[in-house]
Amino acid sequence: MIDTVTSRHSGSQWQLMWAKFRHHKLALASLGVLGVFYSIALLAPFLAPYDSWRASRFAFAPPNRIHMFHQGHLMRPFVYGIKMTSDARTFDRSITPDTSEVWPVRFFVRGDPYVWLWMVHSNLHLFGVDSGGQINLLGTDILGRDCLSRDIVSTQISVTVGMVGVFITFVLGCLIGGASGYYGGVVDNAVQRFMEFVTCLPTIPMWMALGAAIPAQWSNLKVYFTITVILALRSWTGLSRQVRSKLLQLREEDYVIAAKVAGASDWRIILTHLLPGFASYLIVSLTLEIPRMILGETTLSFFGLGLRPPTVSWGVLLQDAQNLAAISVYPWLMFPAILVVVCVLAFNFLGDGLRDAADPYKE
Amino acid sequence: MARSGAAAVPLLRYVAKRLLWAAVVLVLVSFFAFLVIQLPPGDFLDSYVETLRRSGMSVDSATLVALRHAYGLDRPMVVQYWSWFSRFLQGDMGVSLLYVKKVNVLIMERLPWTLLVTTSSMVLMYVISIPIGIYAARRQYSLGDFAASLVAFTGMATPGFLLALVLMWLGYLIFGVSIGGLQSPQFIDQPWSWAAVKDLLWHLPVPLFVVAIAGMANLIRTMRGTLLDELGKQYVTVARAKGLEEGVLIRRYPVRAALNPIISSGGWLLAELFSGETVAGIVLGLPTLGPLMYRALLAEDMYLAASCVMIMSILTVIGFLVSDIVLAFTDPRIRLS
Repeated sequence: MIDTVTSRHSGSQWQLMWAKFRHHKLALASLGVLGVFYSIALLAPFLAPYDSWRASRFAFAPPNRIHMFHQGHLMRPFVYGIKMTSDARTFDRSITPDTSEVWPVRFFVRGDPYVWLWMVHSNLHLFGVDSGGQINLLGTDILGRDCLSRDIVSTQISVTVGMVGVFITFVLGCLIGGASGYYGGVVDNAVQRFMEFVTCLPTIPMWMALGAAIPAQWSNLKVYFTITVILALRSWTGLSRQVRSKLLQLREEDYVIAAKVAGASDWRIILTHLLPGFASYLIVSLTLEIPRMILGETTLSFFGLGLRPPTVSWGVLLQDAQNLAAISVYPWLMFPAILVVVCVLAFNFLGDGLRDAADPYKE
Repeated sequence: MARSGAAAVPLLRYVAKRLLWAAVVLVLVSFFAFLVIQLPPGDFLDSYVETLRRSGMSVDSATLVALRHAYGLDRPMVVQYWSWFSRFLQGDMGVSLLYVKKVNVLIMERLPWTLLVTTSSMVLMYVISIPIGIYAARRQYSLGDFAASLVAFTGMATPGFLLALVLMWLGYLIFGVSIGGLQSPQFIDQPWSWAAVKDLLWHLPVPLFVVAIAGMANLIRTMRGTLLDELGKQYVTVARAKGLEEGVLIRRYPVRAALNPIISSGGWLLAELFSGETVAGIVLGLPTLGPLMYRALLAEDMYLAASCVMIMSILTVIGFLVSDIVLAFTDPRIRLS
């Protein structure tokens, strides 16, 4: 009798969560999508066919198409060369495929050198064409740089901004929320009022005001970390509110009092009894905080108050698509927008799935 | 009569307490705004001298010292803060170097438009998302619920500037004209007429939609979630068992309870709306406060930027106050605790 009951409900807390999470198909798929995003970020220089800063003479070249048939013959996948023509009457330049040149797409080609993870020097790229030809599956930008390479490399910055920011959020939220819930009284009251104040500052204007104050001569790395700190300055309030309310609620639980009576130390109570009780909630709220940071970074950079070239992030790339003329004539410049939406959606679905899985009272 | 008088006392006490806190929060906000002024390297005079230099004039160092003294820039930070804040309270917000105008004049020009855009997008948000939230909760896991969630999530995931850009692009494709701004050029600075009002109504939908959508997603999900919780409670079952008609039942009890979190999020929503208004305003070229602040920040016109931050925060604080007071009216638990 006892066995049949426990078999349905046995397993550690995390095993049970995983079992529940697996039923949430959308969240599971989102986890896969995010896996792809982070793999792209990790392998970016290898996956990108070119160096993201390598300029070419073909500015705003439209995306190459991959063909299989050349003059009626089946061939291995290839792209045509491109040529620049100018209209004799209007002098309008246009870039068109040059069907006399055939460049087969090759895998594991040697190309632009790069340093992977600050250590490994290499020039191996997943795919490319022989030198002399050019493959721009997502077209080129104003300086003739390969958009696909830039989109891939920018993924590195954009998806990690959220991670670093969330780490800062986590530390701030736990410390402040923990102090608020643990000490209570005056400290709690002061922290609550301070949080009210932070919530009263409209997020984007506040970010903009702080972003604008970053000195122009700062290094890329310094700007990057400052931006993550600025983003975290707003998001810790949500987490600290949760830590506080959970702490206040769990402190009164019978099992905590029992542990106290049994002579357990404060640390033991916090680590073995309290933390497992709300670790899952922390993970959920952190997961939902990451997409907000990604959106925040994108918005700030888009308006020129966040990351700046030569750093490439999705927001920096979208600066090129700032006016209507650019979007209507060179729609491929908008591609990073799709990356933003897909990535943020995936994080939101994942967070939703995790929330359902973490709630032990939800069947 | 006597009973309502007795009930009013805790309510009054509650309102007084909230007012006091609002004042404290405003002082904190003023610290932040002053920080915005102080953050960029150099002070007001440095940028002023730079502006003069660009236009070919020069200032000798003796004049500079005299000016710095006259403006009080050589005094301690606390004194500077106090002189700035006390003048701000009296409506003197300094001078904008960018526009060569008084800051309060610039802000007053744009405040009505800001209020128009934020309040009407707030109304739009409630009018659209509350019914959708109710529908989604009553028909959980139906096609409509799924569609609502999809729209809500996508709205949440799309950066506002992107939506504004895409809508502008679509408007450009379909109508062949730019739909930016709130008025056509021929109506700007003209006295109001029917044609001007019609023109304004024609321009409003896109900005309102862009501003509203981000918060809309959240509202729909909150409404759906809390209503689902309420619908599972026993009083609903009891009311159904007693034969109360479903529509009346839903409207009279669970919806009212589920509206409370929506009301309490009103102030927070206003802060979100200012964020949305800033982003939409910059992309769509609206005559609101957000773009003014943006341009001021880019030009390091710090008094203007700080005043914009200050005004937006004050409006948000007022929003929080109003939503707290409304909540105290609708939810007796708040005013009694």
